[in-house]
Amino acid sequence: MTFSESTRERAREIVARYPEGRQRSALLPLLHLVQSEEGYISPDGIAFCASVLGVTKAEVSAVATFYTMYKRTPTGEWLISVCTNTMCASKGGEAAYQALVEYLGVEHDGTTPDGKITLEHAECLAACDYAPVMTVNHEYFDEVTPDMAVELAKQLQAGERPVSGRGARLCGFKEISLQLAGFPDERRGAITDGLPGEPTLAGNRLAERHGISVAGFDPDTPIPATRPAGDAGGAGKEEAKP
Amino acid sequence: MNMPDPSPAALRKLAPVLTKRWLSPDAWRIDVYEQLDGYMALRKALTADPDDLIALVKAAGLRGRGGAGFPAGLKWQFIPQNDGKPHYLVVNADEGEPGTCKDLPLMMADPHSLIEGIIIASYAIRANRAFIYIRGEAVHAARRLRNAVSEATSLGYLGTDILGSGFDLDVVVHSGAGAYICGEETALLESLEGRRGQPRLRPPFPATHGLYASPTVVNNVETIASVPYIVLGGAAWFRSMGTEKSPGPKIYSVSGRVHRPGQYECSLGVTLGELIELAGGMAEGHQLKFWTPGGSSTPMLTAEHIHVPLDFEGMASVGTMLGTTAVQVFSDADDVVYATYRWIKFYHHESCGKCTPCREGNYWMVRILRRILSGAGRPEDLDLLLDTCGNLLGRSFCALGDGATSPVTSSIKYFRQDYLDYIEGRREPIFQDAAASGSSSEATDAEAELAGAR
Repeated sequence: MTFSESTRERAREIVARYPEGRQRSALLPLLHLVQSEEGYISPDGIAFCASVLGVTKAEVSAVATFYTMYKRTPTGEWLISVCTNTMCASKGGEAAYQALVEYLGVEHDGTTPDGKITLEHAECLAACDYAPVMTVNHEYFDEVTPDMAVELAKQLQAGERPVSGRGARLCGFKEISLQLAGFPDERRGAITDGLPGEPTLAGNRLAERHGISVAGFDPDTPIPATRPAGDAGGAGKEEAKP
Repeated sequence: MNMPDPSPAALRKLAPVLTKRWLSPDAWRIDVYEQLDGYMALRKALTADPDDLIALVKAAGLRGRGGAGFPAGLKWQFIPQNDGKPHYLVVNADEGEPGTCKDLPLMMADPHSLIEGIIIASYAIRANRAFIYIRGEAVHAARRLRNAVSEATSLGYLGTDILGSGFDLDVVVHSGAGAYICGEETALLESLEGRRGQPRLRPPFPATHGLYASPTVVNNVETIASVPYIVLGGAAWFRSMGTEKSPGPKIYSVSGRVHRPGQYECSLGVTLGELIELAGGMAEGHQLKFWTPGGSSTPMLTAEHIHVPLDFEGMASVGTMLGTTAVQVFSDADDVVYATYRWIKFYHHESCGKCTPCREGNYWMVRILRRILSGAGRPEDLDLLLDTCGNLLGRSFCALGDGATSPVTSSIKYFRQDYLDYIEGRREPIFQDAAASGSSSEATDAEAELAGAR
C-alpha cells in the first residue's frame, strides 16, 4: 500500500525537528509513524522510511528489528503488556500474565483471531511502587490481580475503554503510535487526565503530615562570580584541557 | 491503616525538594508552575555568567542521579568552549533499570522543572539544542513533556532570544522504542542518531564527541531537575542535605514488601532501616530477606546492612553501588534464586549483542539458573555461574554486562544455601523442564506456578 498524504506530511514534520544533515535521527519517530498507519512495521513501511531518509531498506530493517516496540506482525487494536520482571512477577504479575494467556488463548506476542488484542510480557515498566502493573497501549493499570487483568480484557472485547489509573483514557494502538512519533494528543482532556497515585506521593504526604520541610531555602541567594576574583577553581580553565 | 509513626530520626531524613510540587495536582500547567516559583531560577540564571553556573553546580557537589554518580558540574566543565562546534544537552529519560520509578512521576507531575533545568544547563554549556530521550513506553509522561515544551515556547521560555537574553534554545522530546540498553549514554546517542542502540567505544567521551560527534552533556532527569533549586537556594543550602561527598536530596523509590511502597525524597545517606520505617514498616507477615540499593544492577544486600547509609560511599563500603536508589525490598516469601533467574532473563533479553561476554554469558546463565530451578542443577553449577560472571565483569563493552553479574554473585555470596537446597533436592523444583541444559529457557509456562505459590 502507499502511505497517505497526511502521513507523508507528518514524515516531513518529523524530519524537520532534527538539525540539517542529521535527518537520520528521525528514524525512530518515523517507524512509530509507520505503526500509526499500518499497525506494525510492514515491508512497505520499511521502504517508506528508507525513501524519506535516503538510506537502504537493510539499514531501516536493522534498526526496526532492534527495538521491542516495533512490531513485526500486525498488532491488535489493544496491546496488553504485563510486567513480569522480578518485582512485579513476585507480587503476582506472572500470575496475571498467565491468566491472560489462558483467557485470551494466545502466548507472548500473540494476537487474538479477531485481531483485537495482542498480549505480551514486558520487562520493567518503571512503576515498581505500583507492582504488579500492566499497560494497555502503554497506559498503566496498577496493582493488578489475575481477575482484574481478565476483567480488563473482557471490557476491551466488549468495546469499552477502561480508564487508566494514572494516564489518559485509552486510545487505539495506531493512535498511540502517532503520539510516539511526537504528535500531540489532541483529545480533549488527554493531558489533564492522570492524577498521581498514592505511592507517588507517599513521602510527600508523610512530610506534610509531620510538618517537615527543608530549612534555609533563600531563593535570593546570590550566584557567586568566579571571574573577577580570578578564582583558580573557576570554570574558565577548561579550554586548557586536551 | 493504623501504622506506628516513623521515628523522629527517620522523619528528619525526609527532604521534599524536587517532589514538593507533586502535591499540587495542576503543577504541570505552566501558570500553576509559575505561581509555585517556576521559572524564577531561569530568570536568575540568565543574569549570571555561564561559567559561574558551572562553578555553582560544582560547588553544590551535585552528582549524577542516573546511577554512576559522576559530578554534574565537572561533566559540564569538560565541554570545550569556543570550539566552533554546536553543543548539545541530552536528557536521559530512558528510565528502565529494574526497580527504578522516580523520573516518570517527576515528568508527569512537574514537567516544567525539568524544562527549566534544561534551559539553565544548556545556557551554562552553551548549547542551543537539547533533546529529551524518553523511553517509548512512557507515553503518559511524554504527553505532559510535549505539552510543557509547547507551553514554555509560547511564553518565551524556549525558542529564540529567551526572556530577552539573546540565548536561543530548541527542545525536542524524542520517544525511544523499547530498549533498556539505551539508558547507557553512548547507546542512547546512537539511538538518537537513528541507529541500533549499541554502546560506543570510549574514549572519545561524549563531552567532546557525543551527539553528531559534537560536545554533548548527557544527564539524568533528576540531575537536571535539581539544577533550578541549586540556582535559587545556592550551593551551601544544597549541601545542608546529604553528606559531604554525596550532598543534596535524592528520590528513593521504595518497592516490594513494605507497607507503603512509593517515592521518598530524603537526604542522601538515609538508611534502609529508616526507609522501611518511612514506608510504614515491612508488609504484614514479611521478614526482610534481601534488597537492592539501586536497581538490579547493584549487588543485593541483606538484613545485616539496614544501617548502612544509602549514599555513594556507604554503598561502596559494603561492595555495592547506590545506582538509581531503586530500593527493592524482598522478604522470606520471595525466592532469591528465582529473583536472580528472572533478572538474568532480563539482561539476556536486553543485551544488545554487540560484545560476546554479555551476549553469550547471559544466554548461558539463564540456562544454568533455569536448570537449577528445575531440580537438575549440578554441584559445580555455582562455580560455573561465578566463572561466567568473571568473564563478564570488566570484560563487557558497557555497564549492562557488568550489571548482570551483580544479582548472580551477590545472591551466591549471601544465599548459597538457597541454591544448594535446589541442587541437593531439599527444595521442590519450580520448573518442570527436562534436565538438559538445552531446554527452552524462553518458556514462561511454568512460571505461573511459582507466582501462584506466593
